[in-house]
Amino acid sequence: MFRSMWCAMALAVAVVPAYGQDVREELRQLQQRIQQLEKRLQETENVAAQASARPAGENAFNPAVSLILQGTAARSSLDPNTYQITGFAPTGGEVGPARRGLSLGESELVVAANIDPYFRGQLVASLTPEDTVEVEEAFFQTLGLGKGFTIKGGRFLSSIGYQNQIHSHAWDFQDAPLAYKAFLGGRLNDDGVQLRWVAPTDLLVELGTELGQGRTFPGTAPNKNGTGLWTAFAHAGGDIGASTAWRTGLSYLRTSPQDRAIDDVGALGTQSFTGRSNLWIADFILKWAPGGNPTLTNFKLQGEYFRRKESGDLNFNNVNSGDYSSRQSGWYLQGVYQFMPQWRVGYRRDQLDHGTVSNGIGLTSADSPLLLTDYNPKRNTLMVDWSPSEFSRIRLQLASDKSRFGMTDNQVLLQYIYSLGAHGAHTF
Amino acid sequence: MRILLTALSFAISSPAFAALNILACEPEWGALAKEIGGDRVTVYTATTALQDPHRIEARPSLIARARSADLMVCTGAELEIGWAPLLQTQSGNPKIQAGQPGYFEAASVVALLEKPTRLDRSMGDIHAAGNPHIHLDPRNIARVSAALSERMATLDRADTRYYEDREKSFLQRWSDATARWEKQGAPLKGMPLVVYHKNFTYLINWLGMREVGALEPKPGLPPSTAHLGELLDQLKREPAKAVVRAAYNEPRAAEWLAERAKIPAVMVPFTVGGTDNAKDLFTLYDDTLTRLLAVAK
Repeated sequence: MFRSMWCAMALAVAVVPAYGQDVREELRQLQQRIQQLEKRLQETENVAAQASARPAGENAFNPAVSLILQGTAARSSLDPNTYQITGFAPTGGEVGPARRGLSLGESELVVAANIDPYFRGQLVASLTPEDTVEVEEAFFQTLGLGKGFTIKGGRFLSSIGYQNQIHSHAWDFQDAPLAYKAFLGGRLNDDGVQLRWVAPTDLLVELGTELGQGRTFPGTAPNKNGTGLWTAFAHAGGDIGASTAWRTGLSYLRTSPQDRAIDDVGALGTQSFTGRSNLWIADFILKWAPGGNPTLTNFKLQGEYFRRKESGDLNFNNVNSGDYSSRQSGWYLQGVYQFMPQWRVGYRRDQLDHGTVSNGIGLTSADSPLLLTDYNPKRNTLMVDWSPSEFSRIRLQLASDKSRFGMTDNQVLLQYIYSLGAHGAHTF
Repeated sequence: MRILLTALSFAISSPAFAALNILACEPEWGALAKEIGGDRVTVYTATTALQDPHRIEARPSLIARARSADLMVCTGAELEIGWAPLLQTQSGNPKIQAGQPGYFEAASVVALLEKPTRLDRSMGDIHAAGNPHIHLDPRNIARVSAALSERMATLDRADTRYYEDREKSFLQRWSDATARWEKQGAPLKGMPLVVYHKNFTYLINWLGMREVGALEPKPGLPPSTAHLGELLDQLKREPAKAVVRAAYNEPRAAEWLAERAKIPAVMVPFTVGGTDNAKDLFTLYDDTLTRLLAVAK
């Protein structure tokens, strides 16, 4: 606009030299005024830009809130209520497959914000379909320690393994791998503290340790001073060219369960375990997208290997075995491929190895079928999901689950996952 | 002992003649940081021009780079909301936290366009603060460069003069180039365009072009056949000159529409590195204008 005004004025100057000094003086003044106006306009623009970056009002400090809605429609050939993994202790509840028929999944409410320049806080509350509220995570974490250190405290998803710290709504399958069910009761979210350190290198090297209460499987929430569980983990990760990113890790968990009940309806007596439990996890994840742009197609390969050693007392009908020991292992490997925008397919293979279990009092699988049947559970899972946007996902999942000795559970389920509210950031 | 300590301190400090370690979220800010910082900075750019800045993951390599960054230069306005916050919380680096001088958001010094009047996800993946793709208006680059050089001087007091001088020289060359581009781009005035994503808004606004449609039915959703059909009908009534997409947008939808509407499909670099010619900020604009002028006629 100003440019055309300038042109007009230049024209005026050229055409009307005859009007002489007065006109020129007027033009000069006009020029000055325009320059002043331009300056003021620039200033106003700057102020406007500043103002636009500053939200007003008390509620501007509201934390980021998001809500996850989930639900399933499931069919299974065996009753999910009698679910067990032969040879491994946790049964029912959290580790079981989805309820038959139509059912609501867990609705997750996530509230997070920086507390001050030094701390950040986050709550993940899970509203269960049984009308209870569970605290999945409620933790603070430091922002200002420096030198690559971070301390987390409260209840949080442990950083052991790979999938453990991924929220269930971001999983690639509706349920957890068998190894997670058998060795961690689904996942580990203990009450405790975590110290983490990132090395000052171009390759990601991350070391950490956690001290916890040991409130859930494999621990038993001992009523004692001090800690009931500790973990240590190391992660390394980087890029291979622009297209591939990877991370691998090794984790260790140690806990001392006391009278950990083994719930087995087929057993000829009550059973519980007291002793020491050591778990090792080796994990890797590899993500590939052409040129690092996952919009059209991308591929994800993920696997974890678990190895557990437990030793101590097996109490069977109030008789202590004295020297129970078990060495068991398990793994899963899964691949998920996005073959076109919005559509992905995935396959997962699960396998557990019963390993060696010696109970010290001559019990056989007839006495304690859940614990002592020498059987290697397996499962094959296929899924296809459609994500109309990054906030919604609908998934079809088929599984052939051989967790139970001599039986195959064929499962079909349809799942929806919706996320509302603040745009969450997902971990790699 | 002293010799050992001297040797050790030399070993620690010698590879880093650079005073500032910068992590740039997008290539345009990496290029700008290099223009201003010269040899006093080392710049690592988190994304390439062939990646969609909305869809980046907080990869292990990025967390490692964030760990030792003195300054993180991002667009802001929620463009990096899916990944940058994780780099901040997982790197254990207090310097680059939001609110610290080591975290710089380019959008905070620019007046944003297309600020939504209604915030609702039924409108697609919209950004509350406005359209974040600010770097294709050279006047915005000038504003950001002033603020960024100030920030770099705050973090590295010893080199204040160096940054000021380089910024001044850059700004001089930049305003000359801007004048040249405006002259060159005059034939583009009023040119109607179909875009892929609403990431050319500032370019269109600066050169006075017109956006008559977008291949994405809503921001962030992939083009659907139904929407492309509607767009084709619309183009029959009110034709456009070209379908424009960024180097990182997939070509098929743009080519499909262009072929049927009998108009050219144009790929522009969008940011530094998007084409072989777009090597820095100047050549980014040169190449963008060349490609647009080729279809303006």
